[in-house]
Amino acid sequence: MTRKRQRMIFVVTGLISLGVATGLVLLALGDNLVFFHGPSEVVSEEFPPQRRFRLGGLVEEGSVKRNEDGLTVEFVVTDLVNVVPVTFTGILPDLFREGQGVVAEGRLGADGVFVATEVLAKHDETYIPADVVDALKAAGQWQGD
Amino acid sequence: MATYFEMGGYAWFVWPAYAFSAAIMVGLVVTSLTALRRDRKILDALEAANPRRAMRREAAAAATANSEEATSDA
Amino acid sequence: MRVSGAFLPWLAAITAALLAWGLYDGLLVAPPDYQQGETVRIMYVHVPSAYLSMMIFGTMAFASAVALIWRHPVADIAAKASAPIGAGMTAAALATGMLWGQPMWGTFWVWDARLTSMLLLFFIYLGYMALWAAIDDPERAGKAAAILALVGSVNLPIIHFSVEWWNTLHQGPSVLVSGGSTIEGPFLRPMFIMIGAYTVFYFTVLIWRMHQEIIARRIRSLRLLQAQG
Repeated sequence: MTRKRQRMIFVVTGLISLGVATGLVLLALGDNLVFFHGPSEVVSEEFPPQRRFRLGGLVEEGSVKRNEDGLTVEFVVTDLVNVVPVTFTGILPDLFREGQGVVAEGRLGADGVFVATEVLAKHDETYIPADVVDALKAAGQWQGD
Repeated sequence: MATYFEMGGYAWFVWPAYAFSAAIMVGLVVTSLTALRRDRKILDALEAANPRRAMRREAAAAATANSEEATSDA
Repeated sequence: MRVSGAFLPWLAAITAALLAWGLYDGLLVAPPDYQQGETVRIMYVHVPSAYLSMMIFGTMAFASAVALIWRHPVADIAAKASAPIGAGMTAAALATGMLWGQPMWGTFWVWDARLTSMLLLFFIYLGYMALWAAIDDPERAGKAAAILALVGSVNLPIIHFSVEWWNTLHQGPSVLVSGGSTIEGPFLRPMFIMIGAYTVFYFTVLIWRMHQEIIARRIRSLRLLQAQG
């Protein structure tokens, strides 16, 4: 009985200390585990032109402009507080849409325009049947994009 | 029918996802059952080749049979 | 053992029936999503395998704690027998996720917190199985593997909360959220049927594998007995 108790205490304390150690490591890593930075961070912090990073946020409604060459796209990434203009030459993912999430990788130019070399779409957690949305749109009740 | 299998142009992503999942599950079933069958055969052969153990088994079986008789008698 | 043997045909039949129902509902009845179109159907194999990959490791960690504290051999066998199923489910979750990510996000893979911690889980499974294979004595192997399972279980909350703690490309939680699911019913039903099917599948294969492991241990002790003469 006492040996069982001993082993139990050993396992429990082992797990607790392991959990605390992992928590501390994750806390120390902090920012490095972040996949992208939002526009507010980009505006308030220093992002020198030589630093490559990912910018994430929503594509602002009505901001997408396609150039005549058909490949270069300009749009604005917003977190509803601050905005960062982005320019990108290449193929956009299928889910790239105004009002939807986006993650762009590239560098911030001296003029404040983010030059992206890769654009990924980040979708949200909402799943709605397509025909329901069509019906809502037809009835003028659709609140989304 | 053909348009269904096209999956709105995403056939090359939807069907491989299902195929991969099926392959993993079938693989798990097949490997688990063949190992079980193989080891069962080995155990049977070993027990047949080990008379001491077999005897002990028979004795145990006889003992249970006796006790069953005893209870039914009572 | 005899009791589980009697259950087995039923478990296998329930697995097959649930899988058939889930596939029918997910592939034929459920509608396409308003944003993701038909690719939303990948969810019905992606979410169940991702759920199982974590549930199985949680089971293994629990069984390992029981094995370490109470020295119960069945706990040891249950943990060992679970590992290949969990590894397979993790591989399926990663593969189906990549096949979903390419058309929707625009990439097969990114090193965000969710995907990276999931890949780590896969390698922990492989390490766990390698440990069992590397040590001959089942008692010693069991102890070492149990400690690895407990250490590895730290990764489970990290996987689950990664999408909330850090910015990730992977979406946030959509089923277990306060205020109800953000997924509408026609998508949820096939998903839960498939989760049920996968769970019963796990228990079916687990019992086969535990059976086999018990027989393998009997073979081992018989051979040791023979070697002693």
